[in-house]
Amino acid sequence: MAGGYASLRRVVREMTPQAVTALIKDSNLKGRGGAGFPTGMKWSFVPMGDDATHPKYLIANADEMEPGTFKDRLLLEGDPHQLIEGMIVGAYAIQADVTYIFLRWAYRLAAERLQRAIAEAYANNYLGRNICGSDFSLEMYLHVSAGRYMCGEETGLLNALEGKRATPRAKPPFPAVSGLWGKPTVVNNVETLCNVPHIVNHGAEWFKSLSHTGEGGTKIYGVSGKVKRPGAWELPLGTTVRELLEEHAGGVRDGLKFRGVIPGGASTEFLLEQHLDVKMDFESVQKAGSRLGTGTMIVMDDKTCPVGLVLNLERFFAQESCGWCTPCREGLPWTAKVLQAIENGDGQPIDMQRLALHTKLLGPGHTFCALAPGAMEPLQSALNYFRDDFERHIRERRCPWK
Amino acid sequence: MLSEEIKREIEAEMHHYPRKQGVCIEALKIVQRHRAWVSDESLRELAEFLEMTPAELDSVATFYNKIFRRPVGRNVIFICDSVSCWIMGYDRVREGVTKLLGIRLGETSADGRFTLLPNVCLGACDHAPVLMINDDTHLDVEPAKMESLLEEYK
Amino acid sequence: MKMVTFYIENQPYAVEAGKNLLHACLSLGFDLPYFCWHPALGSVGACRQCAVKQFKDENDTRGKIVMACMTPASEATRISILDPEAHQFRASVIEWLMINHPHDCPVCDEGGECHLQDMTVMTGHNYREFRFPKRTFRNQDLGPFVNHEMNRCIECYRCVRFYRDYAGGRDFDVFAAHDHVYFGRHEDGTLENEFSGNLVEVCPTGVFTDKTLKKHYTRKWDLQTAPSVCVHCGLGCNTIPGERYGILRQIRNRFNHEVNGYFLCDRGRYGYEFVNSEKRIRQPLLRKDRRSLLEAASPDSAIETLKEIFAESSAMIGIGSPRASLEANFALRALVGPEHFFQGVSDRETRLASLALSILKEGPARSPSLHEVETADAVLVLGEDVPNVAPMLALALRQSVRREPMKIAERLRIAEWDDAAVREAVQHERGSLFIATTDSTSLDDVATERYHGAPNDVARLGFAVAHELKSDAPIVNDLPQEVSGLANRIAVALKQAERPLVISGMSCGSDALIQAAANVAWALCGEGRTAALCFTAPECNSVGAALMGGVGIDSAIESIPENGTVIVLENDLYRRADRAKIDAALAAAKHVVVIDHLESETVQKAGLVLPAATFAESDGTFVNNEGRAQRFYQVLSDKPQFGAESDRDSFRRSDKVRSGGFVKESWRWLTDVIKATGQAGSWTNLDEIDDALVSALAVFAPIMKIAPPANFRIVGQKIPRQPHRYSGRTAMQAQLSVHEPKPPDDPDSPLSFSMEGYEGEPPSPLITRFWSPGWNSIQSLNKFQDEVGGPLHGGDPGQRLIEPLQTGPTFFDQVPDAFQRRNDEWLIIPLSHIFGSEELSVLSPAIAARAPQRYLSVNDDDAGRLGVSDGEEVELRLGGNIHYLSVKIRHALAKGTAGLPVGLRELPFVDLPSWGRIAKCNHNG
Repeated sequence: MAGGYASLRRVVREMTPQAVTALIKDSNLKGRGGAGFPTGMKWSFVPMGDDATHPKYLIANADEMEPGTFKDRLLLEGDPHQLIEGMIVGAYAIQADVTYIFLRWAYRLAAERLQRAIAEAYANNYLGRNICGSDFSLEMYLHVSAGRYMCGEETGLLNALEGKRATPRAKPPFPAVSGLWGKPTVVNNVETLCNVPHIVNHGAEWFKSLSHTGEGGTKIYGVSGKVKRPGAWELPLGTTVRELLEEHAGGVRDGLKFRGVIPGGASTEFLLEQHLDVKMDFESVQKAGSRLGTGTMIVMDDKTCPVGLVLNLERFFAQESCGWCTPCREGLPWTAKVLQAIENGDGQPIDMQRLALHTKLLGPGHTFCALAPGAMEPLQSALNYFRDDFERHIRERRCPWK
Repeated sequence: MLSEEIKREIEAEMHHYPRKQGVCIEALKIVQRHRAWVSDESLRELAEFLEMTPAELDSVATFYNKIFRRPVGRNVIFICDSVSCWIMGYDRVREGVTKLLGIRLGETSADGRFTLLPNVCLGACDHAPVLMINDDTHLDVEPAKMESLLEEYK
Repeated sequence: MKMVTFYIENQPYAVEAGKNLLHACLSLGFDLPYFCWHPALGSVGACRQCAVKQFKDENDTRGKIVMACMTPASEATRISILDPEAHQFRASVIEWLMINHPHDCPVCDEGGECHLQDMTVMTGHNYREFRFPKRTFRNQDLGPFVNHEMNRCIECYRCVRFYRDYAGGRDFDVFAAHDHVYFGRHEDGTLENEFSGNLVEVCPTGVFTDKTLKKHYTRKWDLQTAPSVCVHCGLGCNTIPGERYGILRQIRNRFNHEVNGYFLCDRGRYGYEFVNSEKRIRQPLLRKDRRSLLEAASPDSAIETLKEIFAESSAMIGIGSPRASLEANFALRALVGPEHFFQGVSDRETRLASLALSILKEGPARSPSLHEVETADAVLVLGEDVPNVAPMLALALRQSVRREPMKIAERLRIAEWDDAAVREAVQHERGSLFIATTDSTSLDDVATERYHGAPNDVARLGFAVAHELKSDAPIVNDLPQEVSGLANRIAVALKQAERPLVISGMSCGSDALIQAAANVAWALCGEGRTAALCFTAPECNSVGAALMGGVGIDSAIESIPENGTVIVLENDLYRRADRAKIDAALAAAKHVVVIDHLESETVQKAGLVLPAATFAESDGTFVNNEGRAQRFYQVLSDKPQFGAESDRDSFRRSDKVRSGGFVKESWRWLTDVIKATGQAGSWTNLDEIDDALVSALAVFAPIMKIAPPANFRIVGQKIPRQPHRYSGRTAMQAQLSVHEPKPPDDPDSPLSFSMEGYEGEPPSPLITRFWSPGWNSIQSLNKFQDEVGGPLHGGDPGQRLIEPLQTGPTFFDQVPDAFQRRNDEWLIIPLSHIFGSEELSVLSPAIAARAPQRYLSVNDDDAGRLGVSDGEEVELRLGGNIHYLSVKIRHALAKGTAGLPVGLRELPFVDLPSWGRIAKCNHNG
């Protein structure tokens, strides 16, 4: 492939590991897995130097299971070498010894292609000992998971990779200090790592210039739901909701009206008509009361029941709770049961308070990890924007959308 | 007794992890690939091979929903029931399959041919509704075309 | 010690640096609810119950909710417990737990000592809005000790963290996910780990409860309790036995920071049923002549008979007991005279005990407390199967191997209480633990290296280690290279350690092992460091009895005079010496007097039997293997509250109710005898006999400080054995008489058999139960400690009797020869079993069920030579007897040796180690 692994050849021959990290920092690359944490900064937390503990690990989080999200699949199936190259460069920057691709079970085609690509990389001295003739060596393994959304959570992933139950870990200590098998570890999203070769090849300024808002780079946006052309597009970070929805996805299908969108996968707040011109970057979406998350939006039309939609989301979260902490384990099924009751026409007025209370109680820091707070984002937003719809269910003792 | 083939496949993966426990999830999947599901006996055999106790291995096995600790049919259907598929018609797909096979979610057809299970988002939301049968992903599923879709799977 | 000041409700508090907020707040006396945190298990932050509000500074009015157990109490940390948002959150946590928690309280065993109940009340949650069905589980049969009721589970994960992470058990775990998480075994079956019983105290609700208590269930507030000491091994763990209606119902842990801490082993927790056994001797028994049967007699006629016996005896000898109290042994010694007082164990054991004690007295190595064992950073075990002989010592060793690797966590700035993070950072790193024994042990999984060999070879390894450490310790010749390599590695590890520890004992019956252990410990002393030297002791007062001096039973038997009388104290001689010898000795004596609590073969040979009180029915002092003298107090009053024989009919439901009221402390029987025979020096209460004991034997002087004397009062009040909620007092005997009986008197202690008395906190040796307003569960213990998890207020009970002299050691120089196999003989070595080897605990059906059938273990090679396979029968010819045993193949057992379990009821006593012949059985069956 033309230009393939050029960035790798460059870094191992011409750049120090610290310089690579500095470059990524400079580029403003933010994590594309949902949290948006600056990648360069994450890499800089890894202890370097001769005294640093080894082995060090770099892991690509390919456990894409956030409902509505399908961008990483395209990268994994479409261009596995791009990811592998990004991983090796990242591993070089932190002087890792072993890298893993943690892949969800369901991506069978991606597994095949990644396996083959890894073998090809080894065969071409991009992996293994003395990469490209340098004294940097690296092993790479594909680990395919066995289900469970919690494997996509950074510390849950580490536990899963260790062959344990995918319950999360408290931070601090951060994975950079005590991660996989207690060793310094960096976990990055697939899309994030895929940007790395291009940043090395074209520079930080170039990368920053690609976005509309200075946050840096492009984003693979996705649209699903009842739009004319569901799909995914790589666009400048900061593309508006409107452009994505109407220009690329063709707008809502005929006969239906746009009611709202969950912009970044299941665990984000709704954006409504009034937000159509919000730029889809981390800061702007946050200012609009939501989260960019994975950048793959789920469109809700006017013929889709908001209660049913939120119920579907809460059932997902309740089922995927790992069971470690009380509020998530017990609170999420409760909200799901309440929503089911409302949807069935058995809702009671007090249920609205119960739901609202949960959105308050299951906040960040209150639970052990971010699963429950994430689950509350669409619920809290729906209670805010679609309160009437909920109350109609309760008053009319039925779902008006059925 | 774990077959030599199973053991070899597991051993091939072992060096990916600094500790034997690391390979246990892959090992469970390998056993499952050969035996369709992980019975108590398989679990005990595998635990012994990995130098784990049955409790330790089962603690991990029962956490992950892709490890079957109950018998499944020759083919397993996973219907995505997450939000995008739900918006795009999951309910009708589910009704279609359940009616066709005469079983509910979680059940296996009487002839042992299909087990029907729900699954979380399969990552192909732009082609919802989506389902998987064994290792195959089926996109833009239509209830009307269900029968022919299932035809392939004996 | 570095201190920090942090703020609660804007008030400053000073605490030691490095603690978490929950620990700090609880230690300061604040009532903050929690579940998953445990002082011995550290913090994981799972339950979210201990939420408090943390503020950035005094200007921050908003703050954020944090979990106290996971937040360090650092300089200027500022929190509020009373903050309304935090308060509401804590109440919500209870509400969430109540979603699935069944309303079982009235029928749940835990009620009355339930931590969940306490925390529910503390948070103020009181109304359940959840209107949907609860999730339910199927329960498992986990064996005879622990009951399983999963519907009550609040998923605090304490059980799995204790069983798996703390105690090393591998057959219990957590399964499934979300609100279906399940705690249990992979399938029904008896919990294998020897500390499984602690689940009933670790579990904050009624998921895991004491199955043996269920057979005679009583609420905590209805139990009469007293501070006691376990009688099932030499470690002396502190316990709280509970009784009602004269039946001993339950043993619970009594916290002692220096000894057992929060936990007990299953033998200690479940071995109590012997007190209620049908085999109890409940009244004096007399035999008219040798051919008659033993018949019940009144105490007066028994004493009269004794007077006659003494009058016509040429001489008397007294055989004491390692399971009888100091006071009992002393009273016997006073009665017969020191030169006629014998240790109630074999000559070999007497010699070994004496050797161990002299080593500890001479010093410089010091015997550590059980708690100190946990802090050792390098350990060598020589010859002891610790998990079977001294189980809680094994639990302490499991914690000791975590010490050295704590440095990894420290380097990464992970606090020691941050349990999950520590375990992740440390992975499988362990401190040095070298186990050299005759067979593999269940502690081997955490050993750095293991060595298995015949006793002499293990001793030689020990001597070699000592020589590596100090060249003036004797050299060991002809040591195989692997063994000298190992000795070197062990020496290096011990030398680098700050708190090295050597453990040995008498279980192998080998002097050389004890000497080797001493050499190693002594070689480590000096250069500003003291090594600890721990000898296990077989029984609860082995050390106490040994300190009284005297020779063993084999010598005693030789010393029985013509027309002499033998007085046996709480001892079944058939467990101590060869049957033929004992038969002959008891036949030779003119009179055999036995004072004991259980029927035995020895009792069958007696002419006069006096019913001795068990630990539960008497006060006294035991000395444990550390040399710590500890007081145990009576919990069952044997005064005839229930009148005489007629009671047996009135309690139709329970045929276990005692009647009679004749059971008395052994030392009191002996006092009666002393008085009756006109001898000087008798005592009316415990303080007086202890006084006499100390005057006679100065080594026991510290026992005067182990507890306040009998006349101790607090504001003029005694300390009650019954809680203030004790019920039924006036109805208990109403069927006999409607008038309330006077509560029994207790002249021996400041405790009363009543609920009246001082309700506050007494001195630690007198604590009859842990309870505090709002804290009905065992967690109330927090209120009795200066710092949660630390010593009890005023210090933990017990006084050390042996402090080593600091003289330079003289190394033992008798290095034994290497073990040589013999062609047609095997060296039979003793094996100990936690369930089965100890005399008293096997009378609990639950424990008997887990005791092994008699067997002989050989290794694979020897099995091959003998032509036997696992399970086949062999005959063992040993000391003139033939034993038929089934074979167990043990891979680690040294070739040329064979292991025989000791103490099993169906196996006669054999003095081991000893050479014997083994042959495959030719006959069938």
